[in-house]
Amino acid sequence: MQDGSEFSQGTSATQVRVALPYHLRNLARLEGDVLVEVSAPVTMRSVLDALEVRYPMLRGTIRDYDTGQRRAFLRYFACAEDWSLASPDAELPEAVSSGKEPLLIIGAIAGG
Amino acid sequence: MSSVRVLVGTRKGAFVLTSDGKRKDWNVSGPFFAGWEIYHMKGSPADPNRIYVSQTSGWFGQLIQRSDDGGKTWHQPGLPNEAIPPPGPPTAMPNRFAYDTAAKPLTTHQWYDGTQHPWEFKRVWHIEPSLSDPDTVYAGVEDAALFRSTDGGENWQELSGLRGHGTGSKWTPGAGGMGVHTIILDATNPKRIYIAISAAGAFRTDDGGETWKPINKGLRSQYIPDPDAEIGHCVHHVAMHRARPDVLFMQKHWDVMRTDDAGEHWREVSGNLPTDFGFAIDVHAHEPETLYVVPIKSDSEHFPLDGKLRVYRSRTGGNEWEPLGKGLPEKDCYVNVLRDAMAVDTLDDCGVYFGTTGGQVYASADSGDNWAPIVRDLPAVLSVEVQTMA
Repeated sequence: MQDGSEFSQGTSATQVRVALPYHLRNLARLEGDVLVEVSAPVTMRSVLDALEVRYPMLRGTIRDYDTGQRRAFLRYFACAEDWSLASPDAELPEAVSSGKEPLLIIGAIAGG
Repeated sequence: MSSVRVLVGTRKGAFVLTSDGKRKDWNVSGPFFAGWEIYHMKGSPADPNRIYVSQTSGWFGQLIQRSDDGGKTWHQPGLPNEAIPPPGPPTAMPNRFAYDTAAKPLTTHQWYDGTQHPWEFKRVWHIEPSLSDPDTVYAGVEDAALFRSTDGGENWQELSGLRGHGTGSKWTPGAGGMGVHTIILDATNPKRIYIAISAAGAFRTDDGGETWKPINKGLRSQYIPDPDAEIGHCVHHVAMHRARPDVLFMQKHWDVMRTDDAGEHWREVSGNLPTDFGFAIDVHAHEPETLYVVPIKSDSEHFPLDGKLRVYRSRTGGNEWEPLGKGLPEKDCYVNVLRDAMAVDTLDDCGVYFGTTGGQVYASADSGDNWAPIVRDLPAVLSVEVQTMA
């Protein structure tokens, strides 16, 4: 697990654990989950914004550069629920925002 | 001592093959970017250590990678390879290919069913570094458009005059998509660029990319009712000898074509080819009238005739062709050779290289007379480029 705690963004920030697919971990030179510092409220948008600031090599790989829309073959899961179609500004479950549970970004099983 | 570096893009990563000038013993390094589709990689003629790569994925989109040390290490232009501290994101956006929406009309092209369809960026098919500036590089993309970077690939701007050409709304995807797959720079005239699109045709600019002209007169395509159609031709690839920038050779869907006036008029030079369907075409480095194609059986069966892999060479600028098969499979060979998967080196005895969808890369160190595989079991080869180092 990579520790991003030195990137404090204020007293309201919390650490969120993100699990990335294999190819994106390689791209960011990560092993295991990554911790990112996120200011409240903790939403898909705020987590991904923080992730992309810390790991700019991931920009455009999870969300479209300009529209911010999730790439078609990626899905978001939190606490065993599919958050892919939820509003990017919806608050994620407390278990995720507190770092107990990871936010999962997974590649959809497609392509044969 | 001279040496050769062969850059191979495959369905599952990039490989760099190196040899000395004898081109007998090869070192294979890679895979780089393992698991990603590498549509194309090409070195800068102005700085051989500078190599650009198009790295794509149906899941994760488009990335541009760059090496400044001849392929030993790679990075996304302008971005660090490691996590960075705050504040804020960097200014480089090497993977952003945003269509220029300010120009008109740019909003739609023709879809398979005849309706209009929005332009949607999918991937970079071809990267063409400038002949004189390592930081200037062109990218041909799907859906068809041309982009340019002047800062080493950190940021890209569309040359929207191409897509804004009056015929843009009539461009239609080929079976493999609608991409700019060929970019040819004129060493004698920096304002002139040729490009080709499946399935719109070939275009030329004489003002550095501001305005473009279709150059498809003389092309005949059986699926186009109008024999003089301005666009709509499925051009597979175009090649040029640097010393004769007005002479182009084209492998079309069917037909091998030639122009002697920069694309103003084309004529067929398929001659005695056993089939004139194919994808790859290239020109000898020192003999402008010597060209190479790899005939493929048909548009329905993308493999060599009779299971025999053959390169065909013309020493007369077309029409008269000879099969070259020494060292190539004699039977049971059912691979394809894709449009960007053939290249030549510039050593005195010109080397010719091509890669197959079966994962072989073949090389000839004597202009095609004899062939041998450099590697046999790579993933399907999408592109082959060669750098010759003095």
